[in-house]
Amino acid sequence: MDKLEGKTVTVYIEGKPCQVKAEQNMLEACLSLGMDLPYFCWHPAMHSVGACRQCAVKQFKDENDKKGKIVMSCMTQAAEGMRISIKDPEAVKFRAGVIEWLMLNHPHDCPVCDEGGECHLQDMTVMTGHTYRRTRFKKRTHKNQYLGPFINHEMNRCIQCYRCVRFYNHYAGGRDFGVFGAHDNVYFGRHEDGVLESEFSGNLVEVCPTGVFTDRVFKKCYTRKWDLQTAPSICVHCSMGCNIIPGERYGNLRRIRNRYNGEVNGYFICDRGRYGFEFANSPGRIREPYLASGDVSSLAVEGPDGKNKKILAEGEVLPYLKTVIGGAKGIIGIGSPRASLEANYLLRKLAGPGNFCSGFSEAESGLMREMISILSGGPVRTPSLREAAMSDAVLVLGQDVPNTAPMLGLALRQAVRQKPMDRVLRELKIPHWNDYAVRDAMQEERGPLFMASVTGGRLDDIAAGVFHAAPDDIARIGFRVAQALSPNAPRAEGPFSAEALSFADRVAKGLKEAKRPLVVSGTGMGSLALLQAAANIAWALWEGNRNAALSLVAQECNSVGLALLGGTGINDAVRAVEEKRADTVIILENDVFDRLDLPGAEALLRARQVIVLDFLPTHTVNGLPKNHMVSVAGAAVVLPSAPFAEGSGTLVSSEGRAQRFYKVFSAGRAEESWRWLRDLMVDLGMPGSEALFSPDEVLSAMEREFPAMRGIVEAAPASDFRIDGMKVPRQPKRYSGRTAIRAAMDVHEPKPAEDADSPLSFSMEGYDGQPPSPLISRFWAPGWNSVQSVNKFQSEVGGPLRGGDPGRRLIEPSKVKQASYFTDIPGPFAPRGNEFFVVPLYHVFGSEKLSALSPGIGERVPSPYIALNTEDAKSKALSQGEEVRIDFGVVSFRLPVELDPLMPRGAAGFPFGLPGLHGVVLPAWGRISVPGAGAGGQAVE
Amino acid sequence: MLNEQEMAEVEKELAHCENRKTGCIGALKAVQRHRGWISDECLKDMALYLEMTPDELDDVATFYSSIYRRPVGRHVISICDSVSCYTVGYRELLRHISERLQIGPGQTTGDGRFTLLPAACLGVCEKAPAIMIDEDVHGGLEPPGKVDEILDRYK
Amino acid sequence: MEGKNKQNQRKRPLTGSFRADGEPLDLVEYEKAGGYEALRKALKSMAPKDVQEEVKASNLRGRGGAGFPTGQKWSFVPTGEDAPRPRYVVANADEMEPGTFKDRILMENSPHMLIEGMALAAYAIGAEHAYIFLRGEYVRSARALEMALAQARQKNYLGQNVLGSDFFSLEMHIHMSAGRYMCGEETGLLNSLEGKRAMPRTKPPYPQVSGFMGKPTVVNNVETLCNVPHIIRNGAAWFKSLSLGQDGGTKIYGASGRVKRPGAWELPLGTTIREILEGHAGGMRDGYRFRGLMPGGASTEFLVEEHLDLPMDFDSLQKAGSRMGTGTMIIMDDRTCPVGMQISLQSFFARESCGWCTPCREGLPWIVHTLNAIEDGQGEMEDIDLLLEQARLLAPGHTFCALAPGAAEPLLSGVRYFREDFERHVREKRCPWGEG
Ligand SMILES: Cc1cc2nc3c(=O)[nH]c(=O)nc-3n(C[C@H](O)[C@H](O)[C@H](O)COP(=O)(O)O)c2cc1C
Ligand code: SF4
Ligand code: FES
Repeated sequence: MDKLEGKTVTVYIEGKPCQVKAEQNMLEACLSLGMDLPYFCWHPAMHSVGACRQCAVKQFKDENDKKGKIVMSCMTQAAEGMRISIKDPEAVKFRAGVIEWLMLNHPHDCPVCDEGGECHLQDMTVMTGHTYRRTRFKKRTHKNQYLGPFINHEMNRCIQCYRCVRFYNHYAGGRDFGVFGAHDNVYFGRHEDGVLESEFSGNLVEVCPTGVFTDRVFKKCYTRKWDLQTAPSICVHCSMGCNIIPGERYGNLRRIRNRYNGEVNGYFICDRGRYGFEFANSPGRIREPYLASGDVSSLAVEGPDGKNKKILAEGEVLPYLKTVIGGAKGIIGIGSPRASLEANYLLRKLAGPGNFCSGFSEAESGLMREMISILSGGPVRTPSLREAAMSDAVLVLGQDVPNTAPMLGLALRQAVRQKPMDRVLRELKIPHWNDYAVRDAMQEERGPLFMASVTGGRLDDIAAGVFHAAPDDIARIGFRVAQALSPNAPRAEGPFSAEALSFADRVAKGLKEAKRPLVVSGTGMGSLALLQAAANIAWALWEGNRNAALSLVAQECNSVGLALLGGTGINDAVRAVEEKRADTVIILENDVFDRLDLPGAEALLRARQVIVLDFLPTHTVNGLPKNHMVSVAGAAVVLPSAPFAEGSGTLVSSEGRAQRFYKVFSAGRAEESWRWLRDLMVDLGMPGSEALFSPDEVLSAMEREFPAMRGIVEAAPASDFRIDGMKVPRQPKRYSGRTAIRAAMDVHEPKPAEDADSPLSFSMEGYDGQPPSPLISRFWAPGWNSVQSVNKFQSEVGGPLRGGDPGRRLIEPSKVKQASYFTDIPGPFAPRGNEFFVVPLYHVFGSEKLSALSPGIGERVPSPYIALNTEDAKSKALSQGEEVRIDFGVVSFRLPVELDPLMPRGAAGFPFGLPGLHGVVLPAWGRISVPGAGAGGQAVE
Repeated sequence: MLNEQEMAEVEKELAHCENRKTGCIGALKAVQRHRGWISDECLKDMALYLEMTPDELDDVATFYSSIYRRPVGRHVISICDSVSCYTVGYRELLRHISERLQIGPGQTTGDGRFTLLPAACLGVCEKAPAIMIDEDVHGGLEPPGKVDEILDRYK
Repeated sequence: MEGKNKQNQRKRPLTGSFRADGEPLDLVEYEKAGGYEALRKALKSMAPKDVQEEVKASNLRGRGGAGFPTGQKWSFVPTGEDAPRPRYVVANADEMEPGTFKDRILMENSPHMLIEGMALAAYAIGAEHAYIFLRGEYVRSARALEMALAQARQKNYLGQNVLGSDFFSLEMHIHMSAGRYMCGEETGLLNSLEGKRAMPRTKPPYPQVSGFMGKPTVVNNVETLCNVPHIIRNGAAWFKSLSLGQDGGTKIYGASGRVKRPGAWELPLGTTIREILEGHAGGMRDGYRFRGLMPGGASTEFLVEEHLDLPMDFDSLQKAGSRMGTGTMIIMDDRTCPVGMQISLQSFFARESCGWCTPCREGLPWIVHTLNAIEDGQGEMEDIDLLLEQARLLAPGHTFCALAPGAAEPLLSGVRYFREDFERHVREKRCPWGEG
């Protein structure tokens, strides 16, 4: 059976021969063949458990067997010569019986159910032909629970498919959810009301085939699925590049759903990605271009922040900017890892390559350069998320994966199952799809996952080995592992603790024995040595195993894209202003207070003219208010840029995958940044700007200019792409109220907006078949209104979308014969007596700024703290919760102490990105003292 | 918090188990012997003790019929309602006990003395109809009046 | 006297040595009756494979309900150098099938017999751990078994290097169940033993390959295991000769309901129903007429008058459309309402459904509601067909485990044989027996 991979067999369905994959079960086979066969408990990512009995078919022994027997297709392995029938009357009757049973207690409340119209239960009920309720007995009812800001609970709709527990607990590793009770009184929820802790809870909305778990954020202002205008998009809340489908109605963003991409996020996304979008609806959104500074006071209106503003009218913006830039004595453009490639590229064009600063902090700029060079200059490939999940041994070196790249964390949870699953298949012949049989056979057995991190984390519970140390010491362990794997790797000289050595040995052994080992690290700790150590390990592995993989996590959604464009670190920009080489700064979707320490930011913003393109009032836009230690004026000119759903562009994920996101809707005067910049360039009459008019032209120009960008135009079809002369509609066929929406103003239906930039239309007109995968703006197929319709878009269930999964990988390893190892091995971390080495600690909810502005996620953001090793705290007589002052030179903060026995001695943990905690670039040394005890000074916010 | 004796008994249950989780059913029964039932508080304490989450433990606890997640009286009467007893006077017996104690199945007497619970076959069908009070089986309760003297024994 | 005892013991190996006062045999008494000779013999002169072969040759079929040949079951356990370890033997002492009380009698009276049987099974498959999965209500059995386990450990019938052998060690423990019929289903039992909900598992893989903690496990019924020492001690041929038919051994038959002497008796396998019912159980109580019976617990099909001369063995009952089940019959008399009896049966199954698969979880409560309606005089004629339709939809293979099909059997046959009584309820809009 372990040799089945890739083999096909002939099975007979309704007597007709069909070729199917031998490792599949018959439900997968039938669905892959495009047949309609109802199911509930089976899920393409979580596989078969045989609970619901909905997928019953008739199986016949041979062509003479006329009687046959009912089997569950999801529990029946395809085999040469197997004969089944979906249409067999007994099977049809049984399946109708199953639906009838499931509906016995169902409230039949579709009209008021949020799932209505995209409900798998509705679809299956129709598919099996169940139309009439025969029973006359009372339904059993349940109480519902409060499950936190994301998920609404309506247990009466439950059909007991067990998918929720299987996803939440077994797939995603949650432990605060379960199934309770027995017989016809089984309950899915928590042991008591309370917030679901898992960062993947939102997937319950899509995993549940009916309306038990629905989107609580969407519910606040609900719209039927068919009234949502949607377009393919990419999540902007980390660097994994998960594919999403945002939905809009009446000019605001309503919800995010997963968009299947077999190579990337598959069927799931994290809650940060699903619920982070509300920042785009925030009342503070910058929606109009304006001037903000003292010299406009005569014309000014008062802004919400108490500042004087002058709104620039339609025709005023470009002329004004033209005079500003025309009169500039040197321009500096500051790019952004959260802005699209197109925007960054045009800023670079506008400012000139020599005046383009990436917008990374100085440290991150170096880290990103190194990351690109490791991945494209070294021999080891970076895996997609799908491939990462297939790894059979993993080392995570210093990156807090669950909090910085949640979906990679979810992939690693699957990776630890690979080795035991291989064993179970080999020894016990249990196919991987037989989910509970596999789990029962595996029990607690897990493949090797090793976690080397600063402190404890959410993957530690499944790790075979955990090691906590300061970043330099983790890097040293990494170098040590590399040394153990290859004689060519440099030697990491002692001293090492016995614990460290044994950990390194176990890691080396685990990785070496694996078929598909994976090393994970990233820029999160701000440590170059960590990246280099990770590279050395991967390369050392590669010498013996060409399947070795290296996954490096970048910080933001387009960090990698930005790094490919080059540009200097942000300190150069400060210097240019200070040295008066430039007096005008254009800042693209970036808050420089996150990239610079306070004096640096202050110096930069002291430039004569500061032009900011952004959609939210950051400190860069507004400056720091007077009550700060330092007060800084903000931007002089502010242009409303479009957040992801209101614009189109290209992002490059940590995998190096360039992916296109498309505008879902336009709202007001917000424009994509690249469009503002283009218009400005055209207005300024910059040479060549005419040839950068469309996104296609921008991408082509980029591709010509940067060899690293080769292929980027293929990430998605060009804007003139048509199918049978038609565009791909953003609105579904049933989209209602287009005429009525504006009826109070005008009975004539307005002409839908044109979209010259993409093959998508802002209407329901167009091609209604399956478009190329990057253009899929919704999943729907006749009879399949729920997300389960994804089956119909895949070349086989659970496999790639037809025509290939979206995106184009830009980074591939080089074909070197020998890796050139890094030799710069740091010495052991040396604590300083009176200072702490302050490292960033990440929070899935809180450390990413945009998502943290969404009310739901806001509820989950922890309050600020400073984490200290328990012993360190004891030696300073500090207790849990006690307020201390942490001093980084010019900036200081007052924070309560969080005792953490796992923190390395001499290091402190500072929650990254939390509101109010800016103006310092981590890691950095800081002094901790008890406020009031001497040293004065005032904390930031 | 579990008390010393409860902990000792739980540990005894866990002694031959593969891990703490595996022994959770025995542990629940051990603690229930002392407290009569498993309250929410108790569930949380036990979960902590067993290195489980309350949800994981409750998932198991609510499945089994002799783990009580609601308060019960000092004595639990399990009345067999399965087929052998049914044919030999179960209904009369139930009616009799209900009238005498003024409680129906699932209820507890006002003085907290008895809880009456329906039970699956007690495995004493040769002595049908039968009940079990706490750990004692009483069979042959036909005519049902025979049960009176037995009930009197449980204070 | 001595001689008669011996003979009794040879004819009734399981129960022949029981004490008259109903107290458990202690170790000395058990040894005096030949106890642990089989284990000694096996360890001294038989390879594990030989034990398996002997049991195979004895035609011992499982007494837990399904009647699977025991030796064959054991032979599916992977053995050999790199076969997975540890392996487990589990005695299924859950006995929650309504109408069944035979295992209890064995454990209360001769606990060492089960222990020895388990030790032999463990030896045969190379297991080093054994569990007795005992239903929680069997407090007396638990006491007897605890006593016996302590004695057996002390005499090294259990523990490290059993009886000085350097190749066989065995730890044995009791797990007291927290109550669910599903715990008796062997895979549900394994989940329960692992501290989980007693949901059944998919088969394949069978427990012999992936069982307790994912390791090879044999689950056998108490009575099955109790037969093993006798087979090993006296040989397969002897064992086969005990039976009146093909399958080997005696069977503990039982009868409950309105018979004169409800109880259980060890008799040659294949004794007729009539002999058990009329001979051993003494026939119906005065004032009651026989109407039907379920031959082997609540999940076997009703049989009626015409079947009384059938031999109670696996194949004969199968041919008559029923099953031997546990061999403990439940008698239905003329003063019991057949609908009411179905309510009792189906309520049991509905309540004990684990809630995993749809047909059982939803279908059985619907059946119960419908039966209640009929009993209460609210029934309609179509309801009877609905019952039949529902029962047919609960056929083996349609559901995840055998619980629901087990519920369907008495319902289908009950309606078949007593349909007129169902119809009378509907016609008269009341229960003719005055119940409900
Ligand atoms: C719902 C259900 C309950 C069962 N309960 C018991 C039981 O209480 N005792 C038992 O020995 N077998 C029971 N069985 C049968 C077991 O699954 C299994 O077949 C048996 O323990 C095997 O032992 P044997 O081969 O010795 O008969 C039950 C089966 C089902 C489907
Ligand atoms: S038939 Fe289904 S619901 Fe019933 S006990 Fe078996 S698995 Fe559970
Ligand atoms: S999908 Fe096959 S049993 Fe549920």
